[in-house]
Amino acid sequence: MPSLVSDYLPLLIFVALAGVIAVVLLAAPFALAFKNPDPEKLSAYECGFNPFDDARMKFDVRFYLVSLLFIVFDLEVAFLFPWAVSFHRVGLAGFWSMMAFLGVLTIGFVYEWRKGALEWD
Amino acid sequence: MMPTFFPLASLAPELLIALAALGLLLLGAWRGERAAWIVAEAAIAALGIAAVMLVMRKGGVGARTFFHGAFVDDAFARFMQALSLVGGAVSLLLSFDWMRRRGIGAFEYPVLVLLATLGMMVLAAAGDLIALYVGLELMSLALYVAAAFDRDDGRATEAGLKYFMLGALSSGMLLYGASLIYGFAGSTAFDDIARAAQGHVSLGLAFGVAFLLAGLAFKISAAPFHMWTPDVYEGAPTPVTAFFASAPKMAAMAALVRVTTTAFPGAAADWRQIVVFVSILSMAIGGFGALGQRNFKRLMAYSSIGHMGFALVGLAAGSQAGVQGVLVYMAIYLAMTLGTFAAILLMRRGGAYVESIDDLAGLSKTDPATATFLTLLMFSLAGVPPLAGFFAKYYVFTAAIQAGLFSLATVGVLLSVVSAVYYLRIVKLMWFDEPKAAFDAGARAPRWTLALATAVVGLFFLLPAPLVDAALAAARALLPA
Repeated sequence: MPSLVSDYLPLLIFVALAGVIAVVLLAAPFALAFKNPDPEKLSAYECGFNPFDDARMKFDVRFYLVSLLFIVFDLEVAFLFPWAVSFHRVGLAGFWSMMAFLGVLTIGFVYEWRKGALEWD
Repeated sequence: MMPTFFPLASLAPELLIALAALGLLLLGAWRGERAAWIVAEAAIAALGIAAVMLVMRKGGVGARTFFHGAFVDDAFARFMQALSLVGGAVSLLLSFDWMRRRGIGAFEYPVLVLLATLGMMVLAAAGDLIALYVGLELMSLALYVAAAFDRDDGRATEAGLKYFMLGALSSGMLLYGASLIYGFAGSTAFDDIARAAQGHVSLGLAFGVAFLLAGLAFKISAAPFHMWTPDVYEGAPTPVTAFFASAPKMAAMAALVRVTTTAFPGAAADWRQIVVFVSILSMAIGGFGALGQRNFKRLMAYSSIGHMGFALVGLAAGSQAGVQGVLVYMAIYLAMTLGTFAAILLMRRGGAYVESIDDLAGLSKTDPATATFLTLLMFSLAGVPPLAGFFAKYYVFTAAIQAGLFSLATVGVLLSVVSAVYYLRIVKLMWFDEPKAAFDAGARAPRWTLALATAVVGLFFLLPAPLVDAALAAARALLPA
């Protein structure tokens, strides 16, 4: 147990320091800041005029679809790069593993396409 | 290098399920909702064929591992995989009528069940923490979507969201535990962890085991990680609840048993404390929590929490007999649960599904057959001899006593008396209360499932050998002693 603490002492100090700084930054304004509130200061600022409606508006679900698609294909590319770089070392097994992965991904893509998730009318 | 990269023949059941899921997804995508019933029937066929393949492969000797030990093919894995497949196939069969009446003609549900079942198969056969996690997530992600499948129903979407939130939390705990174990043992493979955990167990490793067990306890809905169960079981569509209560528990229990017995045999004293604690708490919460429930699905949620506690009594023993007890318990629990949910699906009055146990009042007068079957299932759930539920408890408690866990066995038996109260109340409602209006004529699938499950549960004592022997062979695969 003591060796565990001494091994990771720098990390412990780092985490403690990060915590202290975060708390100090949060707490300092309460003591230091000059407080003189009035209604104009407290209202939400939106280019000089009053906000039109609540900021928690509904987004079209298609935005989520696009972002999900992006994540999937972005990760696919991130996965393809190391595979391509080490292509001569992964051998036949590596090649077919990636083909299976791409096949599964393509089926998901075809499903999405057929379901009309890519239509933007 | 391995002699053959891909063990095609040994992975045939898993491959069949995977290819069926992908193929049926494509079929559904091209044909649309017209293909919904074909997809569902093909999915059941795939699950059934895979189960038969697993059972037929009994002749295979010993354990074989693939992919550098990440995937284990032994009697234990095959036993639990077969149970998961049966759970998936039967609950899918039960969903036909429900889907038709709710007007949900979506082909995605059978595909989700296939994907979840594939995850369970990987989970039950995982010999490595990474394979375990991949299987767990493949199972869980499909289950989250299935919970919210009836998306126009507010309760179902709430159930899906709750399940997802708490499931993500539990996955986080499990991963944290796995990373601690990897850090202190230097490997993710169960064999290597077992070598590293011999003798003295370091503090970090003990923490890792605790977090890993917490994550898995969530998946089998054992207390104190059971909070999601009543809400999700009540909110999710009834056939989906039948699926939740049966198949995933088989796989998660398989993973729990395999991790504790093969990766941490040297740390048995450490994990046994946790398992005993979880077991007693689950039995107590399952027993007392259900006393006030009027909703049948909610009651079954507490019932399943309690039954997981009883099954864990066998794991706490940590012996070969204990593991055998867990396996027998899970198999019998599967039959009882599927039968009871089939009965819940028969509770339909005036075209609408009803879920309150008060709706069962006087069922013996209006539908004697269903009342008799359900009565037998309730007696079995309570553990009354000579029904199967008694033998399930008998095996785990005997193992606990052999291992010297007298207090655990005593507490367990006392708490099973508590749980008997609410099972017997349902029996009393059906036989001694004033009859309500008769239920609508039931569909064929739930009626046959109910009858078959009752037959299995009621006649188990005549022919226990196949199940008990298979469970013994499976337990021997994990603990040769």
